[in-house]
Amino acid sequence: MMVEVNNINKTYNEGEITAVNNVSFAVDKGEIFGLIGPDGAGKTSIFRILTTLLLPDSGSARVDDLDVVKDYQEIRRRVGYMPGKFSLYQDLTVEENLRFFATVFNTTLEENYHLIEDIYQQIAPFKTRRAGKLSGGMKQKLALCCALIHRPQVLFLDEPTTGVDVVSRKEFWEMLRKLKQQNISILVSTPYMDEADLCDRIALMQNGSIMSIDTPANIVESFPKNLYAAKAGDIYTLLKQLQGDEVVESCFAFGEALHLTFKSDQDADNTVKRIVAEQQLDDLEISRITPTIEDSFIRLMRENATETETDGK
Amino acid sequence: MKQLLVFIRKEFYHVFRDRRTLLILFGLPIAQIVLFGFALSSEVKNIGITIFDQAHDINSQQITNRVKQSAYFIVQEPAASLEEIHTKFKEGSIKCALVFPPGFSEDLYRSGTAPVQIITDASDPNNAKITVNYLSAILGTYQQELNPNLVIPLQIVPEIRSLYNQEQNGSLNFIPGVIALIFMIVSTALTSVAVVREKEMGTMEVLLVSPLKPVMVLISKAVPYLVLSLLDFIIILLLSVYLLDVEIQGSLILLFAESILFIVTCLSLGLLVSNVTNSQQAAMLFCMMGMMLPTLLLTGFLFPLENMPWIFQAVSNIIPSKYYYEIIKAVMLKGLGFGYVWKETLILLVMTCLLLGLALKKFSIRLA
Repeated sequence: MMVEVNNINKTYNEGEITAVNNVSFAVDKGEIFGLIGPDGAGKTSIFRILTTLLLPDSGSARVDDLDVVKDYQEIRRRVGYMPGKFSLYQDLTVEENLRFFATVFNTTLEENYHLIEDIYQQIAPFKTRRAGKLSGGMKQKLALCCALIHRPQVLFLDEPTTGVDVVSRKEFWEMLRKLKQQNISILVSTPYMDEADLCDRIALMQNGSIMSIDTPANIVESFPKNLYAAKAGDIYTLLKQLQGDEVVESCFAFGEALHLTFKSDQDADNTVKRIVAEQQLDDLEISRITPTIEDSFIRLMRENATETETDGK
Repeated sequence: MKQLLVFIRKEFYHVFRDRRTLLILFGLPIAQIVLFGFALSSEVKNIGITIFDQAHDINSQQITNRVKQSAYFIVQEPAASLEEIHTKFKEGSIKCALVFPPGFSEDLYRSGTAPVQIITDASDPNNAKITVNYLSAILGTYQQELNPNLVIPLQIVPEIRSLYNQEQNGSLNFIPGVIALIFMIVSTALTSVAVVREKEMGTMEVLLVSPLKPVMVLISKAVPYLVLSLLDFIIILLLSVYLLDVEIQGSLILLFAESILFIVTCLSLGLLVSNVTNSQQAAMLFCMMGMMLPTLLLTGFLFPLENMPWIFQAVSNIIPSKYYYEIIKAVMLKGLGFGYVWKETLILLVMTCLLLGLALKKFSIRLA
């Protein structure tokens, strides 16, 4: 195991705000592990604890078999860290940044060039440009180069694709797949559900807790109900009416359509027919679809919310 | 070692690529020297004066002419009444008025004494006092000329010698003060801002997750500003010698050694500030209010410490620049050797060790 997290808790403002709530997970060697969740889910706090920047309130964590509290100095030599905010020197050029970080990590650009070659070639034409003047995608590629230059055992990437265009995001993930082949473990966080499929395993996070850990395929597979997509000209009226229908278990807007499940999947086809007949809406269409990670996420989130409500009562 | 050198080079890149920093570094010392040397002068000159002459006789005319000839006064239109004098004071066109009563000469020759009134604007008491002194001197000389044969039987003649500054060059006093101020700005303010900028930009987060020791970060931040401060010191010395005709009396080596000590004091202060602040603005404000204001007010270069209430004198004892100011004055202007300043040096040394120790101890190896 490259990363092992056991029952980590972290609060801020003397316990007022819970950022990380009893989180445990493990990352294998050469695995891409994704922390998926919206802003405020506690992803950054977990990264900071694992990179020894923050101390957990309770629980323990090990990185490359080193304790994050006791052996912080050794961990700092072995990991690569890319914070969520662009954290390079904006007034230094691309090459100066890279050479600076190489020296800080006791290595040279030439020594580990093979590791970053693919990525660096894309930004090499701009190597005399100041980092602050690069586009968002370029910045992230440079930051990845800087985090990789010392051949870390584990790479911690905190929301590396936030604020990056679609094409650059795709390229970025291709790079991560290549690094995986070099046997580098990667812990990556993202608020984009569509990126979850690109990870080997993911943890879905909400309000500081992990709701589910598994491979993306298993998470989708374990979706317990049939999922339907409904479309109509007047989508708002449809949403209101479906939410009022007693056979409907859940219904929410998803892009341009509505995703819904029924309380019982027995005889679901007839239910669909009945609804289409009853609703009298233009262009109404309901079809069965395969759930995505986002559907699972929303379902888990709702289940958690109902649980907390019942707990509260 | 290589890490350190590369880090220091990076710091120089930051400095030379930021126009604002460059301006503070090199524009400020030059501006201050020129300002203090030429524009800001404690000498009182060009005093507006009006004369209300109700006598119009030979003596009042002669005195009026003397005042007109003096370089210190600018004589305005004569006033015709006391009310007019008051109006002129209110307008601000005069700072002083001279009033001759009717029959000035008559009084003088008949009774041997004649009064003359001097009215001053005492809203600035120092200037008013100096104005009175100037006028009294003019009246005194005139009086002596009136009695050429009179010899006072017992005379005490003061012979004045101005030590350490024969020509009474006004630049001398403020140069050590300006040097102390510049060190405070460059070494304390700029250094703390440089460290806090890494926090603000998030680069500190990356540096912390690296094999680099926290101490190394601090040293790499401090070294460039030590060098730049010394550069400023040289600029100020050159300007003082060649522009303001100040002679450096004491040993240059001692001057540099003491300056390096004080720069390290300022750097430690700067690093300490950077540990307790998280934004560049806060660091700058803290340095300006917490460090520079006391330096200006409580080191004795603008206002003499001896005249302050005991509580301020007590506070001034913990301000490092006070000791540096005394050392520089002693070495640069009086030409004294180390034997005369060892006490101040020792105090500075102890302060520096304490501040540096505190700064290193407080430097956090994690976030928050």
